[in-house]
Amino acid sequence: MLSIKNLHASIEGTPILRGINLEVKAGEVHAIMGPNGSGKSTLASVLAGREEYEVTEGEVFFQGKELLSLSPEDRAREGVFLAFQYPIEIPGVSTTNFLRTALNQVREYRGQEPLDAVKFLSLMKEKMALVEIDQKLLSRSLNEGFSGGEKKRNEIFQMAMLNPVLSILDETDSGLDIDALRIVSNGVNKLKSDTTATIVVTHYQRLLDYIIPDFVHVLYKGRIVKSGKKELALELEEKGYDWIKEEVDSTATV
Amino acid sequence: MSKDNQILEDLNSKEYEHGWSVNFETDEAPLGLNEDIIRWISTKKEEPSWLLEWRLKAFKIWQGMTEPTWANVKYQKMDLQALRYYSAPKQSKKPKNINEVDPELIAIYERLGISLHEQKRLQGIAIDVVLDSVSVATTFKETLGKLGIVFCSFSEAVKEHPELIQKYLGSVIPMTDNYYASLNAAVFSDGSFCYIPKGVRCPMELSTYFRINAANTGQFERTLIVADDSSYVSYLEGCTAPQRDENQLHAAVVEIYAGAHAEVKYSTVQNWFPGDKEGKGGIYNFVTKRGICAGDHSKISWTQVETGSAITWKYPSCILKGDYSIGEFYSVAVTNNYQQADTGTKMIHIGKNTKSRIVSKGISAGKSQNSYRGQVQVMKRAHNARNFSQCDSLLMGNQCGAHTFPYIDIANPTAKVEHEATTSKIGEDQIFYCNQRGIATEDAVALIVNGYAKEVLNQLPMEFAVEAQKLLALTLEGSVG
Repeated sequence: MLSIKNLHASIEGTPILRGINLEVKAGEVHAIMGPNGSGKSTLASVLAGREEYEVTEGEVFFQGKELLSLSPEDRAREGVFLAFQYPIEIPGVSTTNFLRTALNQVREYRGQEPLDAVKFLSLMKEKMALVEIDQKLLSRSLNEGFSGGEKKRNEIFQMAMLNPVLSILDETDSGLDIDALRIVSNGVNKLKSDTTATIVVTHYQRLLDYIIPDFVHVLYKGRIVKSGKKELALELEEKGYDWIKEEVDSTATV
Repeated sequence: MSKDNQILEDLNSKEYEHGWSVNFETDEAPLGLNEDIIRWISTKKEEPSWLLEWRLKAFKIWQGMTEPTWANVKYQKMDLQALRYYSAPKQSKKPKNINEVDPELIAIYERLGISLHEQKRLQGIAIDVVLDSVSVATTFKETLGKLGIVFCSFSEAVKEHPELIQKYLGSVIPMTDNYYASLNAAVFSDGSFCYIPKGVRCPMELSTYFRINAANTGQFERTLIVADDSSYVSYLEGCTAPQRDENQLHAAVVEIYAGAHAEVKYSTVQNWFPGDKEGKGGIYNFVTKRGICAGDHSKISWTQVETGSAITWKYPSCILKGDYSIGEFYSVAVTNNYQQADTGTKMIHIGKNTKSRIVSKGISAGKSQNSYRGQVQVMKRAHNARNFSQCDSLLMGNQCGAHTFPYIDIANPTAKVEHEATTSKIGEDQIFYCNQRGIATEDAVALIVNGYAKEVLNQLPMEFAVEAQKLLALTLEGSVG
């Protein structure tokens, strides 16, 4: 489904990603872990098409299409969803209104009729239950004055509504207490299917207790330096990142 | 940033939608301004002598005045002698009803999306349409007449209800008020008049549509709304003009009088031609609007959506004379390309327990300049006056400007005045967030801007709100890369 080949990206001339290779198949959950500043969030942003990052080398195929040549909105319409680490506030625009605009543009791109108000509302009701989100929250200005937990829950709610093929969760666990973490993870798990894939970007292992990954990759200095099964995450939890850093840095200096 | 550079290159590609003009025979005054022209206009309109004298007096006063320069706008002064002060579509006789109006005129309004015939059936909004200088048609007159409501062109009111005109004309905005108001008093050609009798709640929205059609013509209309005690009226005003290279002058006056327990809601969607993207042409909109809450417990509410004009100079104000009276001002002013807007309000608290509320939302894009100028004045005997002002500015790109000039003048220690102001930029973050959900950039801007202006748009009557939303999106189309 997603194939990243030798991806290099920089911001304002500083290289952040230095040759990422990753294959993600339908039905899989991949966790991207790594110390701060290793390029995890950059990878998520580059895949979603954030303009500040300049791709200097490499290619990315998503369902056979060259992802990097698509505009951010077309990537979304093709089915790439990014749950933001810091969801953005849009004053005066309710989540409901925002999502209706989004969903209908996605549907238009896919050659589907726009949803009328009744169908849209019933879809909302169905998805609201999934992330245990309150209707009141959805009529408030998007993310404005939301608590950390409410913002993240709202991200997953949007994900549920847009029904993406590839979901990228960028540090979705940051700022969540244990209950919110459970609710958010449950939502993500319920949305998983054989035809969709998930990339979980996280610093800590604890999210992976709830969202069980098929593969774990460690990102360091802009490269994937280690890949393994979910046990790798536990090992990282126990031993920290230093041993990996040492391993990589020593081979680099030799 | 890359996006900002794109804004420069990508400047508004959208053409002004109402930029056409129609050729039909007009009845015009010679160019220039002098006493003879004023007499010519007055004769043409078959006015009584008291009105001619009033005009001439205003003209004398105006001659002694100089054009104000305090507004934060820059423009080449207009040669007022090169303007025509009266232009009327030629009609063989004054139409008695809508069916007698020149079909060509009707066609103009159809093109503007204002169907006069449709109005008859739709039941809901009564319209008075003003083309260039004269009112060409008023709908729903009979229905309103049964309730004692007068809604007609100003000239007609001068003939049919001289006592009302004499009583209220210039009572809120005296002919000495300012340069443009005095000029208007001298040369105004038509406009709308509305009178709501005691205790009557006007059952429909009253609406005036103004359009400038002829070239080199100044439009100087006058609107006078009188809401007698315990009455209510909601009044709408819309404006468009053709696209021309020269600047055209629009200097209107709107006066509102509200008696005890009366309420007047005045909404404007102003879409005069703003000039092209190089800043050529466009309307100079120098307008004086003021209402007086004369009676206790009266209320006047101004709502404006300003998207057009090369220069906007406009401060709809409230004189809160009656005790417990309320003044409100809700404004969205959008400027793009080389547009300049200096707009705001004055709330003058005279009565006890008077309240005012100001919500101003400025949006600047392109190389435009957008200023809020507001004054809150609490007089000595205005015990317990309250004011709340919220002035927000939204910037798009980095070549535009937003300015806020609040003046607060308080002479009573019991007053409570609050002022809040924010300035923000449409963030790339916000746009990217929308993009990431599948929303195209143009639509993202429309969504963000409408969200930002929501508090004001919510004040507009339903059908106007929808129009205003579209207009906002249209005005800003192409202003973000």
